Amino acid sequence: MNTINLIEAINQALVYELSNDPTVVVFGEDVGINGGVFRATTNLQMQFGKERVFDTPLAENMIAGLAIGMATQGLKPVAEIQFMGFIYAAIDQIISHASRLRNRTRGRLSCPIVIRTPFGAGIHAPEHHSESTEAIFAHIPGLRVVVPSSPARAYGLLLAAIRDVDPVIFLEPTRLYRLAKQEVPDTGDALPLDVCFILRTGKDITLVSWGAMIHETLKVAEYLSTIGIEAEVIDVATLKPLDIKTILNSVERTGRCVIVHEATKTCGVGAEIAALLAEFGLTFLLAPIQRVTAFDVIVPLSKLEHYYLPTEERIIQAVKKAMEFT
Amino acid sequence: MEITQKIIAEFEVKYIQFLDPQGNLLQDLPNSLQDIKKVVELYRAMVETREFDAKAILLQRTGKLGTYPSILGQEAIGVGIGAAMRLNDIFCPYYRDCGTQFWRGVKMSEILLYWGGDERGSNFVNNKQDFPICVPVASQTLYAVGVAAAIKLKKEPRVVVTAVGDGGTSRGDFYEAINLAGVWQLPIVFIINNNQWAISVPRSQQTLAFTLAQKGIAAGIYNEQVDGNDVIAMYYAVQKAVEKARNGQGPSLIEALTYRLSDHTTADDAKRYRSVEELEKHRLEDPILRLYQYLLLKKVWNEKEENNLKEKAANKVQLAVEEYFGIKPDSPLAMFDHLYAKLPDALVIQREEVSRLFGDL
Ligand SMILES: Cc1ncc(C[n+]2csc(CCOP(=O)(O)OP(=O)(O)O)c2C)c(N)n1
Ligand SMILES: [Mg+2]
Repeated sequence: MNTINLIEAINQALVYELSNDPTVVVFGEDVGINGGVFRATTNLQMQFGKERVFDTPLAENMIAGLAIGMATQGLKPVAEIQFMGFIYAAIDQIISHASRLRNRTRGRLSCPIVIRTPFGAGIHAPEHHSESTEAIFAHIPGLRVVVPSSPARAYGLLLAAIRDVDPVIFLEPTRLYRLAKQEVPDTGDALPLDVCFILRTGKDITLVSWGAMIHETLKVAEYLSTIGIEAEVIDVATLKPLDIKTILNSVERTGRCVIVHEATKTCGVGAEIAALLAEFGLTFLLAPIQRVTAFDVIVPLSKLEHYYLPTEERIIQAVKKAMEFT
Repeated sequence: MEITQKIIAEFEVKYIQFLDPQGNLLQDLPNSLQDIKKVVELYRAMVETREFDAKAILLQRTGKLGTYPSILGQEAIGVGIGAAMRLNDIFCPYYRDCGTQFWRGVKMSEILLYWGGDERGSNFVNNKQDFPICVPVASQTLYAVGVAAAIKLKKEPRVVVTAVGDGGTSRGDFYEAINLAGVWQLPIVFIINNNQWAISVPRSQQTLAFTLAQKGIAAGIYNEQVDGNDVIAMYYAVQKAVEKARNGQGPSLIEALTYRLSDHTTADDAKRYRSVEELEKHRLEDPILRLYQYLLLKKVWNEKEENNLKEKAANKVQLAVEEYFGIKPDSPLAMFDHLYAKLPDALVIQREEVSRLFGDL
């Protein structure tokens, strides 16, 4: 079987769902003939026609509103925002309407949309193209926030997001788009939303991460193993609603936890996880929870971005610090 | 039953051009360009800008620059704007405006530094008032009206100029900005660089409006369409609009018709979505070529001077590249040092951590 990368897995999921669900429509800026600036929607317009896969005028709040309105009429919109840095322009429709349409109408209207957007730093992109502000959306009741970190999870989670009946912000780590390939059978099987994925089991410490930082976190776990520390690695994958149970269960066994995320530290999703661990798991914590995150600075342009992104070395230091407590 | 309606308003959209694509002068030069030396100045600036542009693409291709948006074919817009503004006016550019920026004192090395991924490229040494390059499309038009409102409040004889792409005129920001400019009669000029494409989306898919200039009509502001490949027309139209704004006669919207001869940026491949025939057709409208032909026809230019200019331009760009290469890497601590006027205590620990991890390089 062929192996595919994360962006190809996104494409494969879109093809599958466009083929099998006639209500799915895919749109955004440059998603048509150009196939998206990262090629996520390559060939979709050719295959499914301009009525189901189309370019919009350049206007993000319009794109979000369009998705919301279409969704209320029985369509399944999968809208693309070209980069996360431009989703801010759509935030009024997302927060004021998508997230609360169901609640406001007590279920009479709902909003089954997916808004896909590439996010994260580390690809030497221009200004405003390296954001990872997932916490903004995780803060909003009524939204789902999903972040895949492998081709297989991208495929299965995107299918789940499209099939879900509520609005999903689907964040695709640009740094992983072409980093690794794996076999992703095109079975149409969705992965569950709202559960964390245990990528590696270990008894000594729990490493919790998501998105592009999963890459570094797994590498650190490999290294730790060579020095006698067995780390459990959890990919949170669904940041909202958060599956704290899986994380708690793991930390109950290991007693130690390092949270790794690319977003800035203050009010990041890591803070929520740490708070929940303190709330429900204080009795089995053997060491203070460590967070390895970007510094609380504006994501720098490319020359400084490697100082901004958490490094393997910083993760290792945090692990060692957590291991010092006995 | 016959329903009667009467026409209560009619509107027009004017178009202006001085030079046709072959370099023929279609009407007398405007008063402000009667001195042919001034026209040669515009030509020189366009040639330099193109030389810079070609070099920037080359640097990107060899890994010495990040993604770069070429302005090939759109030099007349940038140079026309630059020449029409006064130095203490305020420019709020987007990312295809280096032609204007150079005219206004921004260094070529600074633009390289910016696209090379270094914030210091937006800290212009010789231009303290203009805004940095704006990437979120059309958002510049909103703070631009803020600047204009302040100027008006302070009764300063200054004008704001902001530029936006054809795609950008689909965004709410743009409509909100021209609306406010109109109702408050702000001293601002909006320039639309209509290069026919917004990455892969053609102008025809952005709006059904016959012209982009007419968007100004709804906002109640003066509008005009200009041949954006004719630097004389650009200079004339922008200068007229800028001086009008300065005299308290309100804002203007100028649609500059041009064509993006390059890919959208170096990260784009336009072959995926537009035909070579279309591209080749528009090459014939090249703004530099047409002015060159006019200057030859007028016998104020010759091959020797052309070669001389090209050589000088190449040298100037080369010096800028060397300056760019010579700039020492920024310290990682710079990530903290410009976040706030004074680093809050809450961030001191993080800054120290960076210092410990990476040193003050
Ligand atoms: C708000 C926003 N949305 C999307 C983008 C991504 N993007 C960058 S340039 C561009 C097209 C802009 O086209 P146009 O306004 O015509 O300007 P041009 O690049 O053609 O000069 C897009 C969609 C962006 N930078 N900002
Ligand atoms: Mg354009």
